[in-house]
Amino acid sequence: MTFLRTHRTLATVIAFVLAYVVIKLLSVLPLVDGGPLLNGYYIQLIALVGINIVMTVSLGMVNGFTGQFSIGHAGFMAVGAYTSAMITTVWLHTSTANPWTAYPVFIAAILTGGLLAAAAGYLVGAPSLRLKGDYLAIVTLSANELIRTVIRVTEVLGGPRGLGGIPKLTTLEVVFVFAIVSVVLMRNYLFSSYGRSMKAVRDSEIAAESMAINTTRQKVFVFVFSAFFAGVSGGVFAHLLQFIHPDNFSFVKSLEYLIYLYVGGSTSISGAMVGPAIFTFLPELMRGLQKWRLVPQRHRKEVSA
Amino acid sequence: MGQFLQQLINGIQLGSIYALIALGYTMVYGIVRLINFAHADIFMVGAYMGYFLAPVMAKVFGGAFIPTIIAAMLITGLLGFIMEKLAYRPLRYKSRLSALITALGVSLFLENFCALPFVFGPTFRKFPDLIVAKNIPLPGSLGLIIDNVLLLDVGVSVVLMVLLFWFVNKTLIGKQMRAVSFDKPTASLMGINIDVVISTAFIVGPALAGAGGILFGVTYGSLNSPSLGIWWGLKAFIAAVLGGIGNIPGAVLGAYIMGISEAFATSVNSNLGYGIAFAILIGILLVRPSGLLGKFMPEKV
Repeated sequence: MTFLRTHRTLATVIAFVLAYVVIKLLSVLPLVDGGPLLNGYYIQLIALVGINIVMTVSLGMVNGFTGQFSIGHAGFMAVGAYTSAMITTVWLHTSTANPWTAYPVFIAAILTGGLLAAAAGYLVGAPSLRLKGDYLAIVTLSANELIRTVIRVTEVLGGPRGLGGIPKLTTLEVVFVFAIVSVVLMRNYLFSSYGRSMKAVRDSEIAAESMAINTTRQKVFVFVFSAFFAGVSGGVFAHLLQFIHPDNFSFVKSLEYLIYLYVGGSTSISGAMVGPAIFTFLPELMRGLQKWRLVPQRHRKEVSA
Repeated sequence: MGQFLQQLINGIQLGSIYALIALGYTMVYGIVRLINFAHADIFMVGAYMGYFLAPVMAKVFGGAFIPTIIAAMLITGLLGFIMEKLAYRPLRYKSRLSALITALGVSLFLENFCALPFVFGPTFRKFPDLIVAKNIPLPGSLGLIIDNVLLLDVGVSVVLMVLLFWFVNKTLIGKQMRAVSFDKPTASLMGINIDVVISTAFIVGPALAGAGGILFGVTYGSLNSPSLGIWWGLKAFIAAVLGGIGNIPGAVLGAYIMGISEAFATSVNSNLGYGIAFAILIGILLVRPSGLLGKFMPEKV
């Protein structure tokens, strides 16, 4: 145990691998009548949880650890989703038939999506992170809706019809590898000297500045870093659902991530992983109670606040 | 020329509704420094109140429009009061972030609670014909179309705005509101009851949004679902920020800029109309970070 405590990266990887093994076993072993406990529906949900975890942890880097208030995270997800879907579907017509060519293209596509999202993050962050408090929230929200509008008027991206026919390249394994790599990278960033500067900026911007931390630069850095991961998750998301629509990435989606983050606790990585796990499942389990779907979110949030 | 004037008129109509919503955002922000996301849903409640109350009012009073708008304003004002009491007051001296997240929570709650079958229901509803739209014949050859609903929208919002300016600038409670928004601790040392002032802001703002909801119903005639408020609220909020949040004339100015630019952009491309607001906002915030009429507040150490 002491060894795992001092080697947190390894511990994270082991936890993820254990979770994968358990889920895989549950989806293969015939535990209940007529088949395994976890059918395709649950596997899809678990994959969504993985994507939401990466989104939430990356949002937590900005909102929790740097103390800024970004409420437009879904916009960067949209940039990544549309870029990667554009590359695999519209330009290269990748299909799942030949995994040896499909996966290199897929990986290149989601990384390109991440890079473009990071570039968008820089464009939004560089001017607006100089603003204080609420204004950052407003600019990120506007950027989210602006990105969505641009997608809506761009005919080649499907415009308001959405973009379909994306090959299903995201499997449970892909999501797990993606989540492990992203969470470990973000964790290591937080525990580096950059991460310490971020926390200093959060606790007192003026004190941090007088300690020779370039606060604007730190904020822009973490914002771009977080937008990169949002973009990559967008790519993975697009290849999981196989259809993306601009309305998938609206302000409402960004609010969902905020709820995931604050339910789990914004200044904890494990919290940012528990939140999405609960709240991706709970609304689905209560689908039978369709219209009550979002009511408990309010309740849970009250408890944590 | 005719086309230009027509879009300008449409923009003013749209701006009038935005202005009524934006005023609520700006008043609450000016006094408690909270972005009240639930304001959008209060606007929605106002619109639905019109749907449910109009037949009753028509039966009781004969004419429906004025009693309905007053009743809707009273109900949304009461809702705002309760909301502040239950959700925001316990968090007043906690961090501002938790109040902001609570506002998001209240917004989601109202939206989904109202979608329950025994509350408003999630289905499409047709707003009752409080005012039957009639074109007003205009002299001249420009081909402008102006109807009585347009005049009503602009008229009602101008009347309410004048009342609000009178309220804020001439009455005692209005003076107290300005004092609290200027400096809360000092105002409370001067014997101003902060609780009363905050409650007033949470009654007046939502009441205006309720009136906006009725005007929305009369103008567009359809209530799609209880989530209709969110986009109107978002744009009105952007309008408030554009003019300088916390500043009442600023909210009105921002709302009209927003309405007019949206009308023009929509005449080019219907998808563009939605995004133009955000582009203008980012442009203005980069040049004037505190909005058009907002005051810059330097950070004190």
